[in-house]
Amino acid sequence: MSPRVPLRPLARILEARAKGENPDLIERENKHRRHEDMRDRARLRAESRLVVLAGLFALAFGAVGVKMGTIASSDPSEPRAHAAGAAIAAARADITDRNGRILATNLVTHSLYAQPPQMVDPARAAAELARIFPDLDEERLLGWFTGTRKFLWIKKRISPEQKQAVFDIGEPGLLFGPREMRLYPNGTLAAHVLGGARFGQEGVNAAEVIGVAGIEKAFDDRLRDPARAGEPLQLTIDLTVQAAVERVLAGGMTMMNAKGAAAVLMDARTGEVVSLVSLPDFDPNDRPSPLVEGNPSDSPLFNRAVQGLYELGSTFKIFAVAQALDLGLVSPETMIDTRGPLRWGKYSINDFHDYGARLSVTDVIVESSNIGTARIAMQLGAVRQRAFLEALGLTTPTGLELVEAPGAKPLVPANWSELSTMTISYGHGLSASPLHLAAAYATIVNGGTRVMPTLVRDGPIQRGPRVISPETSAIARDMLRQVVTRGTASFGEVPGYEVGGKTGTADKPKERGGGYYEDKVIATFASVFPADDPRYVLVLTLDEPVMTSGREPRRTAGWTAVPVAAEVIRRVAPLLGLKPQIEPLTPTGVTLTSN
Amino acid sequence: MTEMVYGAAPRQDGDPILPRWWRTIDKWSISAILLLFAIGLLLGLAASPPLAERNGLAPFHYVERQVVFGVIAFTVMFATTMMSPQMVRRLAVIGFFLAFAALAMLPALGTDFGKGAVRWYSLGFASLQPSEFLKPVFVITVAWLMAASQEIGGPPGKSMSLALTLVIVAFLAMQPDFGQAALVLFGWGVMYFLAGAPYILIMGIAGVVVLGGMIAYENSEHFARRIDGFLTPEVEPTTQLGYATNAIREGGFFGVGVGEGQVKWSLPDAHTDFIIAVAAEEYGLILVLVIIALYAIVVVRSFMRLLAERDTFIRLAGTGLAAMLGVQALINMGVAVRLLPAKGMTLPFVSYGGSSLIATGLAAGMLLAFTRTRPQGRIGDILSTGRRR
Repeated sequence: MSPRVPLRPLARILEARAKGENPDLIERENKHRRHEDMRDRARLRAESRLVVLAGLFALAFGAVGVKMGTIASSDPSEPRAHAAGAAIAAARADITDRNGRILATNLVTHSLYAQPPQMVDPARAAAELARIFPDLDEERLLGWFTGTRKFLWIKKRISPEQKQAVFDIGEPGLLFGPREMRLYPNGTLAAHVLGGARFGQEGVNAAEVIGVAGIEKAFDDRLRDPARAGEPLQLTIDLTVQAAVERVLAGGMTMMNAKGAAAVLMDARTGEVVSLVSLPDFDPNDRPSPLVEGNPSDSPLFNRAVQGLYELGSTFKIFAVAQALDLGLVSPETMIDTRGPLRWGKYSINDFHDYGARLSVTDVIVESSNIGTARIAMQLGAVRQRAFLEALGLTTPTGLELVEAPGAKPLVPANWSELSTMTISYGHGLSASPLHLAAAYATIVNGGTRVMPTLVRDGPIQRGPRVISPETSAIARDMLRQVVTRGTASFGEVPGYEVGGKTGTADKPKERGGGYYEDKVIATFASVFPADDPRYVLVLTLDEPVMTSGREPRRTAGWTAVPVAAEVIRRVAPLLGLKPQIEPLTPTGVTLTSN
Repeated sequence: MTEMVYGAAPRQDGDPILPRWWRTIDKWSISAILLLFAIGLLLGLAASPPLAERNGLAPFHYVERQVVFGVIAFTVMFATTMMSPQMVRRLAVIGFFLAFAALAMLPALGTDFGKGAVRWYSLGFASLQPSEFLKPVFVITVAWLMAASQEIGGPPGKSMSLALTLVIVAFLAMQPDFGQAALVLFGWGVMYFLAGAPYILIMGIAGVVVLGGMIAYENSEHFARRIDGFLTPEVEPTTQLGYATNAIREGGFFGVGVGEGQVKWSLPDAHTDFIIAVAAEEYGLILVLVIIALYAIVVVRSFMRLLAERDTFIRLAGTGLAAMLGVQALINMGVAVRLLPAKGMTLPFVSYGGSSLIATGLAAGMLLAFTRTRPQGRIGDILSTGRRR
C-alpha cells in the first residue's frame, strides 16, 4: 500500500497562497494522484479475478464440448430410428468339431417390431401381418396397434422372404432390427453336447445370444468374449463319427424296442469324447420346452449319457477283479467258489445260471458270475473298494465341460456296508452315468492311468495318475476280450477289430422305491477296441430294451446292447482310421488248371 | 468537467474514424460474432422450413426474416462499437429506464403466445421481448453504479445495484422467466465479484441462490416440472431433451448430412432453443465444437483485453456483457446435453429470433466498444509502481 496521501496537502497550498498562485490546482492535482493510485490498486485486484473468470468460462465451454463429444460418440440406443447399414459384429464364437467342421455358428436375420404412433393404417397392417404370419391374431394386433403402446415386438426372428413380405405392406410403423441368431447347421446332431442358445437382453439393433444348456452354457463367457470372437471353440467330437453313432444307435433302439439309448465313444488314452449320443434327442435350433409334469428324465432334453445315473450291472465286475489282481489277492487262474445262493443276512445273491462249484477268476468275468465277484469283493473289503472306485472317478461328477455334468454325482450308499461291497462289485447299489463308466473303462484298459473325460481340444492332455499296473491292465484286457470270444458278449465280435468288453444287465429300480422291476432293465455294453492295443472305449446303454423275435422276450445285454455296439464299432472304426487286422491268407501253392 | 471524461480515449483530432476503429477494435471477437451469425443462417436454412411449413409459409420465410433482422442487428452493433464508452453509458442508462418500464408493464400489456409465460409485446410484424433488451443496458447501469461507488465520496452503488437487480429479478420471476432472472442475477454477481466482493460473501450468495432455487421448486409448478425432468436419469425419448440427445448421437462426429436431419421435424423449438441439436445432427460434432470455440474466443478474449483496462466502469461493464453472452450460450448448449436443467434460452446470434438478435447485437456492440484498444497510461504505470509489464 502506498503511504496515505492527505486530502489537502496543506503545506503546499499555504506555500502557493503565499506565492499568490491558485491553490485549487494543487488540490486538484493531489486528488488526481489519489485517484490514479486507487484505480491501479483496483485494476491489480481485478486482474486476478478476471483471470479466474476467464478460466472458469474456458472450463465450462470445455465441459459442454466434452459432453457433446461423449454423446456424439455413443451409439443411438433409442428405438426410433437406426443408422443404415450398422454392422453387427459376429459376437458369439463358432463351435467346431475336432476337424474344424462347423457345429454352431451365427446367422444374421431380422426381428420385427412395431411403433404404433408412427402407423398410417393400423387395420391394414394387422390384417396383412396376420396373413403373413398365420400364428398371429389379427384382433390382438389391432388392439395393440391402436392402444397406448409405443413399442412392441412382433416377431423375434423372421426369414428374408417374410421380411420382404412385411416390407411390402409399406407401413412405416413396422420396423426391422438386425438379429444375430445361433444356427446349428447339423440339426439334431450332437444336440445334447451343444445344448442351445436363446436371446438375452434385446435391443432394436442387436440382441445378446446366451447359451442355455450343454457346451453353449458351460462356455458362455468364453463364447461371448469379444476378444476371442474370431477364434472358434474346438470340440473333441468328430462330426462324421457322431453322425454314424447316432444313426446306428437310433436303429438299434428301434430294433430293441428301447425307450431310450445312450452311447459314449472315448479315446482310451486321453479321455477325449469323440462321440456322445443320447436318444431321444431334439433340434437345438428349436429347443423344446422342459417337461412340466412327469419324469424329467423322459424329456428329449435329458442327456442320458451324462445326466442319467443308472445301476450299470455286471460291467462293474471288472473293477473288483482288476483291483484284486492288482493287489495280488488273486491271479487269473485262482479258483473262486461260486456255489449259490450266497447268503448274507436276509439277502441272497444268485447267478443267472448255475455255474457249478468253482470258476477261475477269468471265467467269473467271462461267465459273469455275481457270486464269484461278490466273493472277490469280500476279500477287498469296503474301504479298499471305495478308495479304488474313487480313484476311477466313479464317486464324483465327471468334470466334463457340459453344464449338466457337475449335477451328475453318482449315487453311492450312505453306509458302505459289507453287503454294499458285494452288490457294488456286480454293479448294484451304485448309480453312475454311462460317461463315468466309459472313463473308468478307459482307465482300466489304457495301461492303468486315470482318464478325465473332456470335450474341448485345448493343448496336449497330461496322463493322469496311475491307478493299476500295466500288467493288471493287460490281464483285464485279455479277460474282456475273452468275454467277446467265448462269453456273454459273443455278438460283439467285429472281424478285424478285436473287440473286448463286458455286458451288464441291471434291473431298473422302481421310481417310487420298493425293489426292482421284473421286466425293465438297463442293458449296457462297455467295450474297448482293439483289445490288444486299446484306442477307443465305447459304452452303449439301452433303456428298457426287449428282443421279441425269439420264443420268449430277451432283455439281457448280450442280446440287446452288444449287437448294437458291434454295429457301431463296425461302422465307426474305419472312420476313426483304425485298420482291420486281417489274418494273413495261408499261402497256397499255385494250382495250374487246364481243361 | 475533467472528472466526467477522465480515462476516456483522448480526442485525437485529425485521426479518421474508420481507420481508428479498425485499429482499435478486437478483430478476433468481431470475426467470431460474424461467423456465428453466418452459422446461424446456415442452420436456419435447415431448421426453420418445418416451422414455416407448419405455419403455411414459404420454406425459407424465417431465414429471410433472419437476414433482415441480422442487417438491423449488425447496423446497431457497428454503430455502437463506434461510440465512446461515455456515449454508450449515457444511452444505455436511458435505455435501461425504458426497458425497465417495458418490463414492468408486461403483465398489463404483454402476451404469452400460448406458451404459459407473459414475456412478449406483440408488435404485429414482430414480437418484442423486453428482457432481452434489458439485459445489456442493465449490465451498463450496474457497472456505472458500482464504478461510482469506488470513486472518492461516491454513492453506495453496490447496494443500489443490488436493490435494482432484486426488483428486476422479481419482475422476471413473475412472468415467470427464471432463466432470464438467473442470468440477470448471475451478471450482477460477476460484476460484484470483479468489483472486489469478499470471497466469503460470494459463497453466501451462492448459498442464497441454491436456497432460492429450492423455494422456487416448492412453489412453482412450471419450475418444478423442469427440474424433475432433469433429475430423472432416464431420458424419456419423446421429450424435447430425448430428441435432442438422440439427434446428437445420430450426428456422431461428421453428421448425417446437410438437410438429412430428423430432429427439426420433431422439435417445436428446433430453430431457437435446440438449434445446437440441429447443428449436431446435420453437421456433427465438428460444427458444434467450432461453435463452442467461437463463443469461447469472444468471451475469453474480451476478458483478456479487459485485464489491461484501468477504467473501473469499462472493466465492469465489459466483463458483465461478455459473461452474460457466454453464460447464455453455455446454458443453451448445456441444456441440450443435459448438463443443465431445461431452460428456454436462445443461443446468441445463432438462434432464430428478431428482437433477441437485435438485443444481442446491441450487447455485442457495447462489448466491442469497451474492448477497443485505448491508451492505458502504461508508461505511467512503470514510472509510478516500477513494475515491468
